[in-house]
Amino acid sequence: MQFFGGTEISPSPPVPTASGNNGNMMYIFNRNGVCLLYREWNRPLKTLSSQQDHKLMFGLLFSLKSLTAKMDPTSAEKGNLGVPQLPGQGCSFHSFRTNTYKLSFMESPSGIKLILVTHPRTGDLRDSLKYIYNLYVEYVVKNPLYTPGTPIRSELFNKTVDQYVRGLGTELAVMLCKKPSYVCVLAD
Amino acid sequence: MAPAAPKSGDVIFASVDRVNAELFTLTYGAIVRQLITDLEEVEEVNKQLDQMGYNIGVRLVDEFLAKSSVSMCVDFRETADVIAKVGFKMFLGVTASVTNWDAEGTTCSLILEDNPLVDFVELPDTCQGLHYCNILSGVVRGALEMLRVALPEVFKQLRLIRAKEVEEVSMKTEVTWLRDMLRGDDVFELQVKLLKQVPEEYPYKDDE
Repeated sequence: MQFFGGTEISPSPPVPTASGNNGNMMYIFNRNGVCLLYREWNRPLKTLSSQQDHKLMFGLLFSLKSLTAKMDPTSAEKGNLGVPQLPGQGCSFHSFRTNTYKLSFMESPSGIKLILVTHPRTGDLRDSLKYIYNLYVEYVVKNPLYTPGTPIRSELFNKTVDQYVRGLGTELAVMLCKKPSYVCVLAD
Repeated sequence: MAPAAPKSGDVIFASVDRVNAELFTLTYGAIVRQLITDLEEVEEVNKQLDQMGYNIGVRLVDEFLAKSSVSMCVDFRETADVIAKVGFKMFLGVTASVTNWDAEGTTCSLILEDNPLVDFVELPDTCQGLHYCNILSGVVRGALEMLRVALPEVFKQLRLIRAKEVEEVSMKTEVTWLRDMLRGDDVFELQVKLLKQVPEEYPYKDDE
C-alpha cells in the first residue's frame, strides 16, 4: 500500500548549518532605550547603521507593545488610541514570525527588554528568554564594576550567552532532521 | 508553554545560595561601625546607609524579578504585598506584614518582627539618632524607583491633556522608619509613602 505522506508544500528554509547556531541576533535594551547588548551570529544583510538599527528596534517594540495591549478583546478598559497603556494592564506580545525569521521578545517589569531573532521554525522561546534574563542578573547585575544603564562589556556574559543560544540551535537542528524520516516511513 | 506561576518567597529562599546569617549580621555591623568612625555625624551615617541601600536596590530588583517570576503589579497595594511577602522573605528570610493603609492607598507600613541585621546589636548613648537598618529603606526606595506601576486616577486625567507621549512611569517613594526595636519599640515599622510617579518619556525625539 502506498500512503502519500504529509509532504510540505512550501519549501522549508535551509536547516541550520553544522555549527548549529540557530540564533541570528540578540538585543538587550533598558527602559531608556539604551542598547545594553547587541550580539550577532548570523546576519548576512545589514542595511542601517547600528545606532539607527537600535532606535528602529526599540521604537518598533514600543509601538507593538502599545498596539497589542490596546487591541486586547478581553480587557475591560479601553483607553484612547494614542495614549500608551500602563504596564500591568493588557497583555504584551511575545513574538512575531515572518518567512525568514522569528523575533521573540520579553520585557521585565524593571524595563529590561530582551529580543532574540532566530530561525522561523523556532518554538516558544519565552523560557529561554527568561533563562537569559537570569544570566543577565548573575553576570551583569551582580558585577560591582558594572554601572547600570551602560552597555555591557563582559566577556564572560557574552561567552555564556553564545553557548546557551548555540545550545538552543542544536535542539532545533535535531528536530528538523527527524521530520523527514516520518515522510520516508509513510511512502512505500 | 505558559510562563511559570510566581513562586512564593519560601520556595525561592530555599533554592538560592545562602550565606551564614551571623557572617551577614557581623559584616553589616562592621560596615556601620566603620561609617560611624569615618563620618562621625549620625545624620551623615544615616544618609550614607540610605544611599548604599539605594544602589543595592537598583540592582536587586532585577534579581528579584528574575527569580520570582512575578508579573507586573497593577497597583501600589499589590506592590507592597509582594515586597513584604516575597521580597523580604527571599532576601532576608523573614516575612513582613503590611498594615496602616491610608485612605488613598499611597502610604503603608511594613512591619518586621524579626530582623537579621540587628541580632547582637545594642545602640550606645552616643548614637541615639542612628537608624541602624537604614540600608533597608534605601533598598526599598531604589527597587521601587526601577519599577513602573499604574497611575492613580487623578494622574491619568492630567496625562491625557499633555501633548507629549509618555511611556511608563517610575515610582518615587519616601521610606522612613517609624518604629525601631533598637530604640525600645516592639517591632520594626517601615513606612513607604508613594510620593509621585515620574513619567518617563519616549527616549528618542522624532526629529533625530
